[in-house]
Amino acid sequence: FLSAYVLASANWDAVGRAVAWNERSRSATGQSGEESACVFYRHKDDLSVLICHVTCYIAEDQLFQWTEKVFDCLQSRELTVTVLSDRSVADYKTAEYLSSSSAPFLRSLHSSVFSDQPVCQSLEQPNIITGLPAAVLNHCQVNRIAAVVYHCYNDVSGPDSVTVETYRPVLSKLGRSIQADCSPSADVLRRFVRSSEIQSNLYI
Amino acid sequence: MFISSQSSPAAFKGFTLVMVSLTVNPAGASRPAVAVGNVGQLAVDLLVSTLNMSRAGYFHTDCLIPMAGNNPYASCKEDAEELHTPAEGSTRSQSSFSIHWVGTCHTFPILFQLVSWIKASGFSRTVVLSSSHSYQRDDQQLQGTPLRYLITPSLLTASADALKELGWREMERIPAFPGVKDADAEPRLCIPGGGITKGLYTDSCDEDLPLAVLLLFCSEGDNIPDAFALVNHLNDWLRLLDSQVILETRLSCKSAGIRREIQVLSCTSVLVVLSDFLPRAKNRTASGRFRLPGVCCLEAVSLLHFSNC
Repeated sequence: FLSAYVLASANWDAVGRAVAWNERSRSATGQSGEESACVFYRHKDDLSVLICHVTCYIAEDQLFQWTEKVFDCLQSRELTVTVLSDRSVADYKTAEYLSSSSAPFLRSLHSSVFSDQPVCQSLEQPNIITGLPAAVLNHCQVNRIAAVVYHCYNDVSGPDSVTVETYRPVLSKLGRSIQADCSPSADVLRRFVRSSEIQSNLYI
Repeated sequence: MFISSQSSPAAFKGFTLVMVSLTVNPAGASRPAVAVGNVGQLAVDLLVSTLNMSRAGYFHTDCLIPMAGNNPYASCKEDAEELHTPAEGSTRSQSSFSIHWVGTCHTFPILFQLVSWIKASGFSRTVVLSSSHSYQRDDQQLQGTPLRYLITPSLLTASADALKELGWREMERIPAFPGVKDADAEPRLCIPGGGITKGLYTDSCDEDLPLAVLLLFCSEGDNIPDAFALVNHLNDWLRLLDSQVILETRLSCKSAGIRREIQVLSCTSVLVVLSDFLPRAKNRTASGRFRLPGVCCLEAVSLLHFSNC
């Protein structure tokens, strides 16, 4: 979503990166360590806006330290953190039947000091979030930083244009500080949405 | 390790700490492991929800698996969207203090951190709620009650009379190799499925901490009755409640004057911190709750809690 709707414009400068080495540091497609780091982008016109684009795997035992080190470099006063994450809808627990047309959908979790209104429904019990989004949210909750996680439950294994569009309501909240291309061209989307790999064509 | 969410720092000196045995996540496991049946966690869940504890602080450590979710103890719409982290603390009243603790961890240093924190906090005593696999009992453990206890020498002197009166059975030491007759083999303490219970107990003995373990032999399944049994046993000793906790998973809440819902949630890990007991008030509060002076709760929510409901 960020790659297609926000970072595709020329308004962002890469200002830093965070690298965490673990057993998955080199991905299956042979990406180098440089390409799989977490890259920080800063808006050219608004220096107070940072985007952290996480494309690498952060191991479970690295999450805490990663979060602490990244936030140590940020000023927490008046800081607002927005996290975009996704999960398979198979992990979503609900008493009601979920029809096939309901996915993808957004759910939110926010820290206690987050005063704004999330763009979607809150994540219902007994669902939880884990991984890096949870680590970031925990850090913000403990340190009284306004933070919100928008968690997308989707029914496909990879990103597609429908799933990417699910995050569009978030633009309305980020629009004040982030100018986004609301209708990226198909060429832009094609560049960032990976097509099915040959080894995953078991069910064509 | 513990960060207060209140304006003033937390103080537990002289308090009684009731905690759940945590389990270390095996390396490479995609899901964290918890003590068998989550009995300890369910028991503290029951205590937290019955005593209506409110949050007081967080355990913020790299030994815990990050997770987050909304309030599992929500009693109304207003508090349903309160974020809960893996390790938190809650208070019950002006005189009480409670802490929430996550029941999943992925590194053994949690044991060291926990023992150090307990020692530094100055708790008058610590009670660990745990469980053990019932299928691994030996012949003598198959008979009688499934409840067992362990107590450090430091706490034994103060609690020996109470334990004798209760008639509890101490956890038996079993041979290292059952069936192998070896006169030189010394029986050893074994708590299969108990997570860090044994480590906590042995480290507390070494550190001369006043600590007791209450555990139930049980199997995986619907462990809510086990949780009630464990809470009642705990109550027999510590006298937390005026009466036994009745197995009612849900009571309808019709008005403020009627007893509120007791929501028994599944699979949470809780550390319950109890203050020194003040003279007990026998009457109920206006909402119908039992009045419990000086009760503190240390509560934790495990991944299993949210994901297996």
